Amino acid sequence: MSTPMQTEAPRPAQNSPLDLAAKFPGAVRPDERPGYSGWIVEKDHLRAVATFLRDELGYDLLSSVTGVDYLPEGKMEVVYQVYKTTGGPGVFFKVQVPRVDPIEVPSVIDIWPGADFQEREIWDLYGIRFNGHPDLRRILTWEGFEGHPMRKDWQEAYYEEEAKPYKSRWPEGHHVSAEEKSLYKDNVRYPEKFDPEKWTPTDPEEALYASLKKYTSTDESGMETERIVVNMGPQHPSTHGVFRAVVVLDGETVVSLKPVMGYLHRNHEKIGERNTFLQNMPYTDRLDYFNSMSNNWGYSLAVEKLMGIQVAERAEYLRVIMAELTRIQNHLIWIGMMLNDLGTYFTPALYAFEERELILDIFEAASGSRMMCNYHRFGGVVRDVPPEAFEKLKGLVYDRLPAKIEEFERYLTENEILVARLKGIGYLSAEDAIAYSMTGPMLRASGVPYDIRRAEPYGIYDRFDFDVVTRPEGDMYARYLVRVEEMRQSLRILEQAIRDIPEGPVLSGKPAYQVRVPPGEAYGRIEAPKGELGFYVISTGKPNPWRYHVRAPSFINLTALEKMCVGNKIADFVAILGAVDIVLGELDR
Amino acid sequence: MDDHELNSPGYDIPEDMKNVVAITTLDRIYNWGRRSSVWPMMFGLACCAIEMIAAQAARYDMARFGMEVMRPTPRQSDLMLVSGTVTKKMVPAIVRLYNQMPEPKYVVAMGACASGGGPFKEGYNVVSGIDKFLPVDVYIPGCPPTPQALIAGLIKLQEKIDKQSIRQVRWYRKGPDSVEIPVPVLGPDLIDLRRKAEIKQIAAQVPSKEA
Repeated sequence: MSTPMQTEAPRPAQNSPLDLAAKFPGAVRPDERPGYSGWIVEKDHLRAVATFLRDELGYDLLSSVTGVDYLPEGKMEVVYQVYKTTGGPGVFFKVQVPRVDPIEVPSVIDIWPGADFQEREIWDLYGIRFNGHPDLRRILTWEGFEGHPMRKDWQEAYYEEEAKPYKSRWPEGHHVSAEEKSLYKDNVRYPEKFDPEKWTPTDPEEALYASLKKYTSTDESGMETERIVVNMGPQHPSTHGVFRAVVVLDGETVVSLKPVMGYLHRNHEKIGERNTFLQNMPYTDRLDYFNSMSNNWGYSLAVEKLMGIQVAERAEYLRVIMAELTRIQNHLIWIGMMLNDLGTYFTPALYAFEERELILDIFEAASGSRMMCNYHRFGGVVRDVPPEAFEKLKGLVYDRLPAKIEEFERYLTENEILVARLKGIGYLSAEDAIAYSMTGPMLRASGVPYDIRRAEPYGIYDRFDFDVVTRPEGDMYARYLVRVEEMRQSLRILEQAIRDIPEGPVLSGKPAYQVRVPPGEAYGRIEAPKGELGFYVISTGKPNPWRYHVRAPSFINLTALEKMCVGNKIADFVAILGAVDIVLGELDR
Repeated sequence: MDDHELNSPGYDIPEDMKNVVAITTLDRIYNWGRRSSVWPMMFGLACCAIEMIAAQAARYDMARFGMEVMRPTPRQSDLMLVSGTVTKKMVPAIVRLYNQMPEPKYVVAMGACASGGGPFKEGYNVVSGIDKFLPVDVYIPGCPPTPQALIAGLIKLQEKIDKQSIRQVRWYRKGPDSVEIPVPVLGPDLIDLRRKAEIKQIAAQVPSKEA
């Protein structure tokens, strides 16, 4: 290759000229733990530092907020990752608080509104209170749930050991089913001396309804309208899975809205911290189950950063090919499902699924599975694409898909009904989109040209020629157009990747079940079809990650849902939600 | 169903009446109607739901088995395809949906999670299989099962329907036609109301941590 090898994205905040410690003497110090980077901020100065980073230095996009429980040190940590929408590496900063209840940290929700759900998640899972958060309720579990499950000293009912492989399974292998071993013969745990007959149920919904805005209005004639609360979901044909929204209506107009989630909270992070590093790979498949190939990449990127290994050259190309195919099939399905939400029930989706099957054939040939590909390994991919499948791929990329995207456009783009339903609906300004931490096509449809493949290239994306698609309108129609054009750009990348792919091994080093990961932290983020998918991994040098956090685009992109829906009609709410492109496995994790 | 299959043995049809008249049992014709128009509930929980949609789409086309009419309301559906991980937060809604389905109704546990918790079994918010609450007719292994596996499972369900008899099924007998399953409650953890006494007893025996 003529271009220089770059297998690792630049590490954020390391060797950066930014010196927060000099700017805030006594309040900020560099994080000097081995393998860590960024800054440790005193709790009382968090808001001042955050405001400085946003207003003076331009770190306007809060990518991720997450908690870490350092049980042996008796500390809890909240980690913030901020980036500039103009591109470049980000800044990590952390707040450390003693691990004694009540644990309190100031909220940054008014500096970056995108922190809303993430702070609620940390409260729910770690029990860290965010002072100043207006609506700090549990988000993934339910109100009334006992304990904060991500704490290191909280054990689930089926608890066996701190870390896998469990002795019962390996090497002896005398496995008894978890029900047999657990106290209640089921996956449940109750407080001491719990008596379900005397226990008085607290309504878990009460806080939710209280959080909805009180609303009454009077028009000129003195007629008063009352609010109607409509519960949509968790079983609803339009919610793309088990998502629920509580909507307050004035007539047909949405005046307030609260998303309720956690109906598919499968404890990825808790299980992920028990798993070994490689065991987590198939779990990432099941996050955004449409796009297992790109999920794999985000995770392997983070672990490869920690391990400091190179990715085999051919594997880099295969990763790009698979990720871009994934993007195309995701956007195709999005168009199909979007039209479902608009009322053209299932016919457009049939067209989308036809193409998706062809793409899945290639995934199956390469990885052995249609959906849950589990294709990446640290340092490459698990196996090469068979030659026949590669020929098929060429046929798809050069002939079939361009024609099909053309066909979709011919049917839809200027379709009068589609335009009428989409244009001007669900508006989100560029400022709001950034403030609410929107990423992916949602952000680009609001006119912000932010694509991680360009802003902070990972893998070999710096070698490809493609456009970052944006539209200035910020409405639903723009979101549709961005996605259609992104499929074309993906095809462009695919053409270049197929042309340039070298021969060679697909894995650097030997395949291994157990990898040695040096202590430290890493944040791997990729431009997944739905937005920025980030994995925050902390290793302590043991076979299992100490912390495994997923920054899910579906989850964080929903923060702006209320903003987009208020003032629109209830029928449009369904479409606006669809346009965000959520998938519940990733949303609830 | 060809005439050979439809004609039950023991009745001889004159040669000139063949292909005009068929004699069969009520059970058979009734089950034939039911097995060929099983309406699944449009209800997806997780990853498996995507394979369920794929099975409905062009390449696999579940319409061949009369199962393409997905109903979003439980009141009109015959089959609950539990397609994905059942979480504690979701299971009250699932049980309620099941209770709302009219008889005859069937439950298919699609995939490892719905069958027994699957890869997420150890998770604190995961129910170890829908059969902890609902009577399951067919289990389909896989994570997720391919559309072919799903269709194979549904054919198994059809075979099950074939074997049922009007004389024995509970919804044609006296008494309530359907069994209500108590909807579990979300407390400090999920509470299965059928196990109240047992839970109380075990909780009382647990030695206090401080002691």
